[in-house]
Formats: sequence, structure tokens, C-alpha cells
Amino acid sequence: MNKQSNIYTIVYIIVMVAAVGTALAFTAMSLRPKQVDNANADKMKQILASVRITPTPGEVTTDFEKYITAQFIVNEAGEKVGDNAFGVDVAAESKIKDAADRKLPVYECRIAENDVKYIIPVYGAGLWGPIWGYVSFDSDGSTIYGAYFAHQGETPGLGAEIEKAAFSDQFVGKQVFKGGAFYPIEVVKAGQKPADESDYVDGISGGTITSKGVGSMLDNCLTPYKAFLQTLSEK
Amino acid sequence: MADKINYKSVFFNPFSKDNPVVVQILGICSVLAVTAKLEPALVMGMSVIAVLAFANVIISLIRNTIPTNIRIIVQLVVVAGLVVIVDQLLKAYAYDVSKQLSVFIGLIITNCILMGRLEAFAMGNKPWPAFLDGVGNGIGYAIILVIVGFFRELFGSGTLMGYQVVPQSFYEAGYVNNGLMILPPMALIVVACVIWVHRSRNKELQEE
Repeated sequence: MNKQSNIYTIVYIIVMVAAVGTALAFTAMSLRPKQVDNANADKMKQILASVRITPTPGEVTTDFEKYITAQFIVNEAGEKVGDNAFGVDVAAESKIKDAADRKLPVYECRIAENDVKYIIPVYGAGLWGPIWGYVSFDSDGSTIYGAYFAHQGETPGLGAEIEKAAFSDQFVGKQVFKGGAFYPIEVVKAGQKPADESDYVDGISGGTITSKGVGSMLDNCLTPYKAFLQTLSEK
Repeated sequence: MADKINYKSVFFNPFSKDNPVVVQILGICSVLAVTAKLEPALVMGMSVIAVLAFANVIISLIRNTIPTNIRIIVQLVVVAGLVVIVDQLLKAYAYDVSKQLSVFIGLIITNCILMGRLEAFAMGNKPWPAFLDGVGNGIGYAIILVIVGFFRELFGSGTLMGYQVVPQSFYEAGYVNNGLMILPPMALIVVACVIWVHRSRNKELQEE
């Protein structure tokens, strides 16, 4: 058999690609459920991180169900329109220009009896890729209880510092309502102050674009919740 | 094969005398990328060992059937298939690490060590020595990754495998982590230091 002939080469490559393709399809199919579980558990871990709860490894789902007592979707007017907050694609929703068309997920977290926090997911762009996070509010709808940020590929040591507690802990205790007006938290250069009276945190030196990204992410993703947070504060 | 292959040297040479990273200077890209912490460095090392060993064996098994004009394509398909399998396995069983390694597992495909070993060794040798060669070169690569990862995590974050090793009292006394260590350029400098130490101990590697 002539191993250098065209026919042989073509048949060889077709058989090989079919074999490799089958092997890969089989691997992907059989591992899929486990991968989806992992991705969900990771998301739950991040949500709980915003209320400063670290779930027990391997028991993330149990802990999530223990603390997150309710989840719902609100619209821009603050009315409940659904209840599967976990299934909402925050990345896609945050890109819808008209905030009235967005589905706004909220997680209600009971960290203790009579101590309810509301967790809001945020999503935006950093310097190299997406950044996202979860911001939790006290039941007064104005005070930030905790924040968690993550990123896909920001520069280590610079923009990537947003995922460190040193950055996210600055948000604790900040107010989004000042004298009835709504101000999503500003991220400014250390030592500077925003032009209006909104609460602010220090950005990261050397991570200016990522810091600005966090600022505009909060602006874009928290502002539609204004009505919802307002109703909380009036309760 | 006319020559008798020395299995021992096939396996052990890549550890030091013929090390893929510090002697052949292959696969530097991933050394820079995944060594900011020790854990991803270890996982990356193990992934490369697995992919390299299996790719070497598979290519060696089918070496006599591969048409010469498409042999590089065949090698690439085998490597790419194995890398995707490793990536899927990590996503299913080591999710956190796979998140840290992200794109670099995929980039094993373009790691020069793989194509180098497949073309230079597996195409002309029987499966068993090819397997030894793959594992040997993989370990040679992993050793350097772990050394670099060890120093970068120790000095850059004060931790090892995520555990705090620099005592709190040091920080209270004014010690700070060296932020430069976790930036990519320091990986190059650490690799250069490893090469320096390695050459000074191996006289036969020194150029005139």
C-alpha cells in the first residue's frame, strides 16, 4: 500500500478526525453535568462572599439554600416580575440599554433571625475583559453591607486587586441614598473626592481603568434598582 | 532501531542535562504565565506530563502509518484532542484551579516542548521509550515551573499553596510582600537565575 498517495492521506485524515471528534464529544457529554454543578457552586460561593459568608467546601449548595431564603426578579419600577434570579444572565441584562427592559435579580439573604440582606449582582468591563460582582444591602435599602468583585483577566497586582478584601471592604457602610437622591458609589483616585456628594471609595493605583470600570459597572447596574431599594427603605 | 536506546538516559536526561526549559529554552511562555502561585504551577506541570506522555505514546503507536506530508497535522490533532480532554477533566474535578489556569491549559497545544518531542522522538521510537521520554520531559518542565512558582509565591504573596508561611510578626515588624514578584517580568528573572545556577553547576553546558 502506498502511504504517500493522496487517497491514503485523505482517508487517513478523515478517519483520524472522526475518531478524535467522537472521543471529545463523548468526554464533553459525560463530564457536562459535573461541570455545570461546579459553575453553579462557584456562583453561589461568590454570592455568599458578598455577605461575608464562606461556605463549607463541598457543601456550597446546602449553605446557599440555608442563607438565601428567597430570590426574585424585579423590574425598574421595583415590582416583582419573577422568582428565578439565579437563572438570569446578568451579563446579557447589563448590556440592555433601556433599564426598563432589564430583568433585575435580587437575592434575599437571612444571615440571622430578623437580619435580612439583599444581594444585587453587577457586571461590567475592566481593562482586559469582564469584571463582575455582588453587592449586598442592609434592609434599609441604602447601607452597603458587603461587596464582592471578581475579574477574568485583569493585570495581577494592579487591576486584579479589585478582588482583594482590601478593595471590596471599603464599600462596607457606604450609603447610596443621600437626602432622598440616589448615588451609586463612585470609585475615585486615592485622595480625591467626587464632584457631587455621593459616597466614594479609593480606586487602585496602577489599576485606573479597572477602577473606573468598577465605578461605571456600579452606576450601570445599581441605578435600575433605585425604585426597589427605595421601597425597602420605606418599609 | 539500529542503536540501542538507553532507557535510563531517555528518562533522566530531561531532568537536568537536557532540560526542556533551562537548557533548550522551550515553553517559556507558560512558565511566565502560570507561576505566580505554586498550585497552578503544579497542576500545569502535571497536565503537561499527562498530555506529553499520552501524545508521545499515541504518535509512537501510529508512527508507521502516518503519511509524511501531513505528519505535523496529525501530531497537532492528537495533542489538541488530549489538551481538550485535560481541560474538560479539570473543569469537572478541579474547578478552582481550572479557573486560574483558564486559557493556559488550551495553550499547552502550542507549547514547543510537545511538538519538539513528538517530532524529534516519538516519530522514530517505540511506544515504551516514547512514554519514558514524554514523562521525563514533562517532569523536567514541571520541576522548573514548581521552582519558579515556589519563589514567586513565597516572596510575592508570603504564602505557599495558599497557606500563610511568612509569620504575621514579620509583617508587624515592617516586612512587605514584593509586589513585583507576581508580575510576569519576575518570572523571566527567576528563570534566568535558575539557568545561571544550573549552568554554573554543569560545566559541560557552558558555552565558550
